[in-house]
Amino acid sequence: MGDENKELEETVGQILEKYRHDKGMLVSVLQDIQAKYRYLPKEALKQVCQGLLVPLSQVYSVATFFKAFSLLPRGRHLINVCLGTACHVRGTDKVLEKIERELGINAGSTTKDLKFTLETVNCVGACALGPIVKVDEEYHGEMSTDKVVSVLKSYT
Amino acid sequence: MVKVSSFAELETLRKSIVARRDPQKAMITVCGGTGCHAHGCEKVAAAFRQEIEQQNLAGKVDLRITGCHGFCERGTLVVVKPQDIFYQRVKEKDVSTILSETVAKGNVIERLLFTDLATKEKITRELEIPFYKKQNRLILGNNGSIDPTVIDDYLAVGGYAALARSLQRMSPEQIIDEVKKSGLRGRGGGGFPTGIKWESTRRAHGDTKYVICNADEGDPGAYMDRSLMEGNPHSVLEGMIIGAYAIGSDQGYIYIRNEYPLAVKNAQIAIEQAEDYGLLGKNILGSGFDFSVRINRGGGAFICGESTALMASLEGHVGEPRAKYVHTAEKGLWNQPTNLNNVETWANVPLIINKGADWYSKIGTRNSKGTKIFSLVGKINNTGLVEVPMGITLREIVYDIGGGIPGGKKFKAVQTGGPSGGVIPESLIDLPVDFDELTKVGSMMGSGAMIVMDENTCMVDIAKYYVSFLEGESCGKCLPCREGLKRLREILADISEGRGEDDDIDLLENLSVALVDGSLCALGATAPNPVLTTLHYFREEYDAHIKDKRCPAGVCKELITYCINNEKCPGCGLCVKACPVQAITLTGKKKPAILDQEKCIKCGACYDVCKLCAVDIK
Ligand SMILES: Cc1cc2nc3c(=O)[nH]c(=O)nc-3n(C[C@H](O)[C@H](O)[C@H](O)COP(=O)(O)O)c2cc1C
Ligand code: FES
Repeated sequence: MGDENKELEETVGQILEKYRHDKGMLVSVLQDIQAKYRYLPKEALKQVCQGLLVPLSQVYSVATFFKAFSLLPRGRHLINVCLGTACHVRGTDKVLEKIERELGINAGSTTKDLKFTLETVNCVGACALGPIVKVDEEYHGEMSTDKVVSVLKSYT
Repeated sequence: MVKVSSFAELETLRKSIVARRDPQKAMITVCGGTGCHAHGCEKVAAAFRQEIEQQNLAGKVDLRITGCHGFCERGTLVVVKPQDIFYQRVKEKDVSTILSETVAKGNVIERLLFTDLATKEKITRELEIPFYKKQNRLILGNNGSIDPTVIDDYLAVGGYAALARSLQRMSPEQIIDEVKKSGLRGRGGGGFPTGIKWESTRRAHGDTKYVICNADEGDPGAYMDRSLMEGNPHSVLEGMIIGAYAIGSDQGYIYIRNEYPLAVKNAQIAIEQAEDYGLLGKNILGSGFDFSVRINRGGGAFICGESTALMASLEGHVGEPRAKYVHTAEKGLWNQPTNLNNVETWANVPLIINKGADWYSKIGTRNSKGTKIFSLVGKINNTGLVEVPMGITLREIVYDIGGGIPGGKKFKAVQTGGPSGGVIPESLIDLPVDFDELTKVGSMMGSGAMIVMDENTCMVDIAKYYVSFLEGESCGKCLPCREGLKRLREILADISEGRGEDDDIDLLENLSVALVDGSLCALGATAPNPVLTTLHYFREEYDAHIKDKRCPAGVCKELITYCINNEKCPGCGLCVKACPVQAITLTGKKKPAILDQEKCIKCGACYDVCKLCAVDIK
């Protein structure tokens, strides 16, 4: 535990350093922390508050305002189902429901084994290929309910 | 890289780059845009790299990864130069044939060409494909031919000449005049005249002035800003530097959605390369003008595309807008005069400076000049990005460029302007598309999403969709938007779930007026547009939901049933396997399956899996 905390402190320290402790870069700092840990650990937020000299309340208000941030640990793979308009008119809702049934969780939560976190996003900019399901950095285009199982299976 | 410290040196550099390149040498370009990524273009590019090495072709053929061509549906797109042979739907397995047949022998591979559905003709050159024929790709045109991560590619096609011209021969006032005369209006949604905005910021008093590029692109279904930023970031940067010089700013920001990782990366590379050449930074091209640019990433909030919310977010606060009694041109970022323009607006600037306002203002209609990029998506055959002159009709976009509606379905409507826009019905298909005409019919230009809908799209569902989207994205600062959207969504949900009542429509209309009048920013004030336009043009569909408890398009779950078509069903059992709740059973070989309505959860799995269309929606 001690080592982990130390590692976290160092990493966050480096990120703060990278942005030269500039208050204006709060969102970017949080993004970098999240990119590293897949969520925003509480300890990290406290350190950001001290490092940027902004109140903890402001750090929390930003961390909870933007959809992309999570205060809870996330799974190894992040599934983002696009609910943008182009995907919506091509039936993305059915795809989302199918994934929810397959994983036994609702959008916004993580499977018990911490394998998948299921989230939704409003457009990833690949609208021509909708419905789009993005898993980590991989885009799966023209998704339909019958493709869901094989896509999920391809992740370990 | 050597710093370029004068206008003459820039031209010398350009000449040496062009001289080093042999236009007759074979080159393969692979589209590296996001659409093609989803088709696996990375694997195709890797396969080319490997094959070129294995076949010892490195000296004979170049490989270039370019930006988005726009025809995303057909990816991965590959062009073989110098012949300009256009291949679509290219997979890894096609790579060695392209090298051995087309590059080595000059043979065209028929099966990879685009086939015109109407004439059954195979088409070899990209620009002869109907999808491109009616387009005028002034802004997007270079996307398909340059590598966005190589500044020399941009210089080779004349890049940064407009900047040199501005700094060398034009005063800030002359630039502003030129932009005013061109008639350029902002492409971010509102259509505000760009030159006038620049002038106000130039005239405003402040210690420092800022320019910002809005690349937040939150409109779901729109991705032209992303493609420009990914595919030709230098054109945006060049526009920003010229604008900054005209306005008198030495610091710029690019605010990009974090959902666009490739755009962030390419913009960052472009900034660094421009700095290396001295096109950004201190004393640009020896002119004495200083300007630097920084990137900030958004956090996935639609409201952060709004000017004041964006600036709040840049300062490290939550993205809440403020009332604009004082314009951001007077007091914007850090309370200093700030000029915000959209990505596409900035990318128009070099073009105007290079070709002149007179030339530019000949394109388009009386009050809308130039071209506009639309993302043509939804129920349409040729989906992708299209750049068309203002004033083109919807019919030309949907049928001539888009190739009509897939699966022989009937065209129903097109939605423009995103969540702030409206739905335009088939009866208005000959409408010329420009800022004013779209507003007249209750919609708006918005950022340029064009979502095509067919007979299977339900208008109540669409209204509900946009309102729920905005309900989630409302920042909650003002009451009319925060509460009003919630109530609107509840009423629409009632209607779509069979609980609609006769006076719901009045309620929707009254509430809409309150939102328009009372909201703090344009998010709430334009939010009723999708509701009002669907009500106006598709009233009978609302009535069917409310009075007959029926969804004519077959979308609203509570109002439809899935049924097996006994005549078509051969009892193959695919749907039985697909059904998650065992609602379907087989009754014997070659006999139709039976669906138990009591058990059915209307997930649609049987409908999707049936290859014979033997599942009906009623
Ligand atoms: C809710 C809301 C969201 C917006 N989102 C964007 C956006 O994603 N991109 C954009 O360029 N403009 C967006 N705008 C418009 C901006 O406020 C602003 O008008 C525009 O960026 C100005 O640039 P322009 O003059 O070049 O159009 C949005 C406006 C509102 C009210
Ligand atoms: S709407 Fe789904 S990617 Fe744009």
